[in-house]
Amino acid sequence: MLVGRDITFRVGSKELISDISASFAPGGLHLLVGPNGAGKSTLVKVLARLLRPQTGTVEYEGADVGHASEAELAKRRAVLSQAIEIAFPLTVREVVMMGRYPHFSGRPGPTDEHIVDEVMKHFDVTEFKDRYYQSLSGGERQRVNFARVLAQLWDHTTDSCRYLFLDEPLTFLDIRHQIDFMKRIRSFTKDSDVVTVGVVHDLNLAARFADQILMLDGGRVVANGPPSEVFTTERIGQVFGVEPTMVQTEDSNIHLIFN
Amino acid sequence: MTTQHGRRQLLLIALVAVTLLVLLASIRYGAIDFSITEISRALASLLPGRPEPTLDQRIFLELRFPRAILCLLVGASLGVGGTLMQALFRNPIVEPGLVGTSSGAAFGSALFFVLGGVFHIGASLWSLPIAACAGGVISTYLVFLLARSREDGRASIVMLLLTGLAVNALFMSAIGFLSYIARDPQARSITFWSLGTLSGASWKSVEIVALSTVLGSIVAIRYAKQLNALMIGEEEATYLGVNVNRLKWIILSVNVVIVAVATAFTGVISFVGLIVPHILRMLGGADNRFLIVGSALTGATLLTLADLIARLSVRPAELPIGIVTSAVGVPVFIFLLRRRQYVF
Repeated sequence: MLVGRDITFRVGSKELISDISASFAPGGLHLLVGPNGAGKSTLVKVLARLLRPQTGTVEYEGADVGHASEAELAKRRAVLSQAIEIAFPLTVREVVMMGRYPHFSGRPGPTDEHIVDEVMKHFDVTEFKDRYYQSLSGGERQRVNFARVLAQLWDHTTDSCRYLFLDEPLTFLDIRHQIDFMKRIRSFTKDSDVVTVGVVHDLNLAARFADQILMLDGGRVVANGPPSEVFTTERIGQVFGVEPTMVQTEDSNIHLIFN
Repeated sequence: MTTQHGRRQLLLIALVAVTLLVLLASIRYGAIDFSITEISRALASLLPGRPEPTLDQRIFLELRFPRAILCLLVGASLGVGGTLMQALFRNPIVEPGLVGTSSGAAFGSALFFVLGGVFHIGASLWSLPIAACAGGVISTYLVFLLARSREDGRASIVMLLLTGLAVNALFMSAIGFLSYIARDPQARSITFWSLGTLSGASWKSVEIVALSTVLGSIVAIRYAKQLNALMIGEEEATYLGVNVNRLKWIILSVNVVIVAVATAFTGVISFVGLIVPHILRMLGGADNRFLIVGSALTGATLLTLADLIARLSVRPAELPIGIVTSAVGVPVFIFLLRRRQYVF
């Protein structure tokens, strides 16, 4: 269980997020939506403890993460970001192996090697494991990064809960990759009982895949709940300034059409 | 992985062999050539119960041999320093001197030469390296202080490089001023220093440089994995459990110490730290565990070759080694720049 209590984060005198409280259960896919500048990315970074809030706390399983060491935290918390550039020639396998860095010191052990092979197979990147990361397309690179992040959280041995954060990982990907990624993220979240919190820009992707939607505006939570409750024509009109038409699809998902 | 790992191990073994061969050439050839028999006799004369070494043997033991070893150590320091700075800045065209370390160290030692002459400061063996280190630390700190952005306190690569250029120019002009006001023997030491020279090598200097090189490299290897994580970005490295701020300070300190101590005994030697990591990346990829060990060996080899050229080209006199490394380094550097389009 991930809990944020009364979180306020400021840069200078400007509050990027104000007094946000929310909890996120394991096995659920929680997505943050909101217009630009709503504080989505800031909230994800605070929850992942890249940023430390001026007031409020973030708790992993009831314990304040403010005092945890980076090394300890990295064993159970991973973050998938957008478009990672590497200035040096690293092979795909070396990049994926980085996900195991928090779990070994010195050289990787047999478990690490095994996990890396497994996640590479899982994400269909085994065929280019010896190619340089720079030579891959945007979609292929993001698959490699996803494999790396899952390698970090792959262990089932620890009892403690694992946390996956998505910092707009779908930016720069085409629609086929976007859907493919959301499917993989959802199934990993359910199968491994992980707490997943992320930022996604496309409201329709959010509506289709999220278990819980947190809608932010001006650094505050406007609505929190399942997509069918959060996404109403009036609320989206108010927050985003564009009023959609709601369509119910055959599999009882909602679909938004913007005119 | 296993194939790549094996390939890297083979490469490192080959590099050790090349380094030893170059070392052998370095102790054989120079103003006087020593044959293998003469070398082994000279070494044997160190054993207890042997007769006193002859004059030639003493030249070998007290000048040639420590110079060759010092050359290996300084080359290794510059190679490791280059790898560390490129890893830290995540930029393949950074060299240890670019953030002001070596010009600051040269300034510290120039100041020591001049003031030591004026105030008759007891020139113990440690005072020169301490002055050089202090100069290196101050100039590096100055560069970082001036390059920091006012908004978020971070130093961007472009700002660092440009500030480094400016601070380097400032310290070089200060060195010029010192050599202008200095009396002749001191002015000559300063000039030799800004061009780099190994002619002052002694076993004492070997001891000190060996200490900083070995300790610095051990610390560097310990942090190699964290430097690897840094390749994918500062935020991403944090997510992989790296305390990025701490890592930056440790790596910068190691670089300043190994580069400043090496500079203290040999003066400013450029381009070795820049080119060595490139060569290794082309041969065996970018894993810093491999790069640090490999660049120590390759740096040692290249600087020894440069020293051989410096000694043999105008025999029996010699060129300052910095002239050789720059003359060879600049074309290689331009070739590397043009071959790949680097983005700042």
